[in-house]
Amino acid sequence: MLRGSALLELTRQRVLAFLRRPEAVFWVFAFPLVLAAVLGFAFKSGKAASSRIALLEESSVLFERLEGAPNVELELFSSRVQAELALRNGHVDVLVLEGEPPVLRLDAARQEAEVARLRVLVAISEVESDRLALDEVTERGSRYIDFLFPGLLGMNLMGTGLWAIGFAVADMRQRKVLKRFLVTPMRRSSFLGSFLLARLVFLVLEVVCLTLFAVWVLDVPFRAGLLQYATLCLFGAIGFAGLGLLAASRVKTTEGVSGMLNFVMMPMWLCSGVFFSYERFPDAIHPVLRLLPLTAMNDALRATMLEGAGFGQILPELGVLLFWTVVPFFLALKLFRWS
Amino acid sequence: MSGTALQARGLVKRFGDLTAVNGLDLEVRTGTCLALLGPNGAGKTTTIEMLEGLTRPDQGTIKVLGLTWAGQAQEIRERIGVQLQETRLTEKITAKETLRLFKSFYAQSRSIEEALGIVKLEDKANDFVETLSGGQQQRLTLACALISKPSLLFLDEPTTGLDPQARRNVWDIVESFKSEGGTVLLTTHYMEEAERLSEEVVIVDEGRVIAEGSPQGVIGRLEAESIVELHPRDGGAQRLEDAQLLGLPGVRDVRRAAASITLSVTDTQASVGALLGLLGEQGIALETLQTHAPTLEDVFMDLTGRHLRDA
Ligand SMILES: Nc1ncnc2c1ncn2[C@@H]1O[C@H](COP(=O)(O)OP(=O)(O)O)[C@@H](O)[C@H]1O
Ligand SMILES: [Mg+2]
Repeated sequence: MLRGSALLELTRQRVLAFLRRPEAVFWVFAFPLVLAAVLGFAFKSGKAASSRIALLEESSVLFERLEGAPNVELELFSSRVQAELALRNGHVDVLVLEGEPPVLRLDAARQEAEVARLRVLVAISEVESDRLALDEVTERGSRYIDFLFPGLLGMNLMGTGLWAIGFAVADMRQRKVLKRFLVTPMRRSSFLGSFLLARLVFLVLEVVCLTLFAVWVLDVPFRAGLLQYATLCLFGAIGFAGLGLLAASRVKTTEGVSGMLNFVMMPMWLCSGVFFSYERFPDAIHPVLRLLPLTAMNDALRATMLEGAGFGQILPELGVLLFWTVVPFFLALKLFRWS
Repeated sequence: MSGTALQARGLVKRFGDLTAVNGLDLEVRTGTCLALLGPNGAGKTTTIEMLEGLTRPDQGTIKVLGLTWAGQAQEIRERIGVQLQETRLTEKITAKETLRLFKSFYAQSRSIEEALGIVKLEDKANDFVETLSGGQQQRLTLACALISKPSLLFLDEPTTGLDPQARRNVWDIVESFKSEGGTVLLTTHYMEEAERLSEEVVIVDEGRVIAEGSPQGVIGRLEAESIVELHPRDGGAQRLEDAQLLGLPGVRDVRRAAASITLSVTDTQASVGALLGLLGEQGIALETLQTHAPTLEDVFMDLTGRHLRDA
């Protein structure tokens, strides 16, 4: 009978201990939904945000020419000092000063400033719209939310994978439960296996909940083959599990493992294309970024979900994930401390 | 049926420069309880964890139930029950679920209901660990140690931090385990615990055995009928000289603390009478005067000049 199996009993208790912690359930399930919903609705409309442009009150010529220009919001200031202040703290994107030619003051490092500069340029030079026709992208699969959702899912799989294992192992070591298990005939493989099994239970819940929400509520397209999608999520989950185990193989305290996990995850939050494409980084480092497990996960999730890519197309990403499964897992087994 | 359940010879364990256990021998006869008694840092936990197979000794040999850790570790683990010094069980898991988990590790085990009955936690079966009191949690970890029907039980300071009632509950459980033929190795720094539960005590200090034998035998070595403690007033302790005190009838030994003096005496009545006479002659007034039968604490004092428990 199943009842007697240490592997299943360990797994069952992992699942129970997790479900009985409402705050943990919130961070794993509710938080990503809320985040996706907020970001999704914020970017769903597709309307571009206006540029805020500062003018001095005396600049009547400029005012006339910019007034009513598309996507432009004018703010008038009585003094130059005030206008400069507004520019410095980001309240306005550019300051336009009258002159021949007019002078544009801006912080070139801010992207909004660049957008505002172009809009001012178009408005005052009266480029005719028929010289460059506009065709707005509104179709499903090419909006920001469509780009964002797979990234959020990937990030969530990484977070829950690393935390569920890394934190739990460090916690059990700190509470001396690992040591207590060691004086029983429990097989170590059952112990480690129970983490993977419990992870798979939550993986299914997580992926199904988040994906259904994205498709139904945010209208993100789902063009993936189910088998490809499931395989990819499985590879990702196991890869991150191995990494979590490695991160927790020696740390003695939960504080220690928190620092370690954030250290592992931080670069990937920034560089793996969750909120914006990693193409923005210099070309030379793209090959390195693609070797990160979260980059591989996100790229492959986007390829399958948005473009219906088959196994052939996501093979390199699956390879990267497999590498991140095998190597950390064996290292973890070598380094693992029970007490 | 009397054999050796546990045998250790020449155990040594070093942590860097520190020698935590320094050539320790132990032998526990089947069906008896041996208490390792010693102050904090004496090496009790290090010793018991070597015997449990958790720590590898630097030197020495260990036989548990006639088996060795090198050859038959799994077999030993099936047959021993262990309570570590500080295990904190998972909070959001019930008492029953906790036992169910430990039960799943063993080839043979008793029922969860029976284990709960032994430690008198039947009515807490479905309560989360976090809602149990310290004493109840301690009983639950005992139940985890007993679930596999072990023949040898290792207990590392099972009652430290418990109130007297909870402590007695633990003692009852250990006694009932022994009454069914179980063997126990326990560490403690409570002499009452060692005296009550064990046939044999081994007093350790700085990783070495400094006395061993039955509690009565070890105490008997003091050759004292009782211990007399006096607190003279107003620095009177300084005015009494050791030679004067040793000259009193029946006084075997004199020890001093800040403002008190402890005497080991062989004839309580004669010694106390003469002592009061001496105090009267010198005009020294008493704050308190106490006598008690000698205990293992006094043995430890006698051997090391220190208290078992941190003051
Ligand atoms: N893992 C370890 N590393 C370094 N020193 C240790 C370790 N474990 C115990 N010690 C030291 O060994 C000595 C004995 O410790 P321990 O066996 O825990 O004593 P007890 O259980 O009698 O209080 C102490 O001085 C302790 O600080
Ligand atoms: Mg100890």
